[in-house]
Amino acid sequence: MSEVTENKKAPREPLFSKKNKKLVTDPLTDNNPVTIQVLGICSALAITVQVEQGVVMGLAVIFVLVLGNLIISLLRNMIPSRIRIIVQLVVVASLVIVVNEVLKAFMPDVSEKLSVFVGLIITNCIIMGRFEAFAMANKPWPSIMDGIGNGLGYAGLLVLVAFFRELFGSGSLYGIKVLGSNIPGEEWGLYTMGYENNNMMILPPMALVIVGVIIWVQRSRNKSLIEEH
Amino acid sequence: MAINKDSNGYTFGFAIVLVIVVGSILALLAMGLKPMQEKNDEVKKKLDILSAMMDADEKGITRKNADSEFEKYVDLDKAVVLSSKGDVIDGIYAVDGKVIEGRAFDVDIRKEYKDKKRDKNHRNFPLFIGDLNGETVYIIPVIGTGLWGPIWGNICLDSDMNTIKGASFGHQGETPGLGAEIKQQFFIDRWIGEKISDNNGMFKPFQVVKDGSGIDESKVDGITGGTITSKGVEEMANRCLEGYVSYFNNLKKTRI
Repeated sequence: MSEVTENKKAPREPLFSKKNKKLVTDPLTDNNPVTIQVLGICSALAITVQVEQGVVMGLAVIFVLVLGNLIISLLRNMIPSRIRIIVQLVVVASLVIVVNEVLKAFMPDVSEKLSVFVGLIITNCIIMGRFEAFAMANKPWPSIMDGIGNGLGYAGLLVLVAFFRELFGSGSLYGIKVLGSNIPGEEWGLYTMGYENNNMMILPPMALVIVGVIIWVQRSRNKSLIEEH
Repeated sequence: MAINKDSNGYTFGFAIVLVIVVGSILALLAMGLKPMQEKNDEVKKKLDILSAMMDADEKGITRKNADSEFEKYVDLDKAVVLSSKGDVIDGIYAVDGKVIEGRAFDVDIRKEYKDKKRDKNHRNFPLFIGDLNGETVYIIPVIGTGLWGPIWGNICLDSDMNTIKGASFGHQGETPGLGAEIKQQFFIDRWIGEKISDNNGMFKPFQVVKDGSGIDESKVDGITGGTITSKGVEEMANRCLEGYVSYFNNLKKTRI
């Protein structure tokens, strides 16, 4: 009897309550999956050479994370705890394969661009991390919001890192030469004045340095993020 | 009806059901989408051949009209399949080396290149004959290995069967900004005008170089930071083109 009254007392949470909104906005700033939780670093290093790839990868991760969070959240009371990691892995892997197959059939151009990322999405620790930390313990709707938030946080950081790497490494943005051209015989723009691309930027270690700088800036602006030891 | 979720029986049961459900969904999906994917691959192949012959972007050739445009420029009935020594084979080699019926367009050089069961001498070498405003051009598909995975392309020879007129390269997952640049026009331009055989009709291997001497004959400048991919293109071009030279020599003799 007491259980029933308790249920009545708790009002239905509105879909965009403060708490739910926080699930989306938090990962964008103070709980960013890459800079604060330090998840998904490996793919952030691998594919931030060009902005376009960062955008494509970001969209793919948002999609897989939202759908995967939803599925895991729906199954959360059925999944045996001893094999939960394997179940999560099966969900990610099959979602990625489904996406890839459908794209191959209907949007072959996009699929060609994505082909490199398929493996990277499956191994992205953000996805498994959110499944395990959030979707296994929360209702479907908050899980979707959490997926959107963390996906956007990840995508935003990718684009930010890729912006610096493409600009200084290749002198272009989204494939468009913004600093001029350095093709021998057809130089124009900054290159005629002796400017050179920084080839270090194209190599993965510089991504780590840029991520480090972003973490530094973020923590110096928000002191509460600094852990005490 | 309380189920013990931690029991072995439930765990096994859940795993089995999950695998069957996921497995059948994926299998059905793959089967259902296969015809469309194969069609897409065929269109892509045609588009790649056309891109080697001309600037496909400029002519407004996309996936949508590649089929009809392809018919205008390439006559598939004229295409031939060669052996690794440059002899015309009547049909195509099967894995075991037997000659079976087949068209040049159906040869999947990518699969044959990967296939360890197939003897190197039993690879098929297709040659497509194109017609560019009355001029006969020859398109040779090539396949090789880059840094991370396969690279491929089509090399188009002028009507003299010697000078490279155009090319298109593709790759599966070369490093963006480095090896992946082999797709770009500036790299293809470095190949245009090179000759595949010397005055005596012998094959002249290409060299991808780093020192900027690409202006010399048979030398092509590589891509900075993409050395292994550039070397892969060199190996691919040399291995794939060599066999065609003797075929062209024979063809030239019969013409005269």
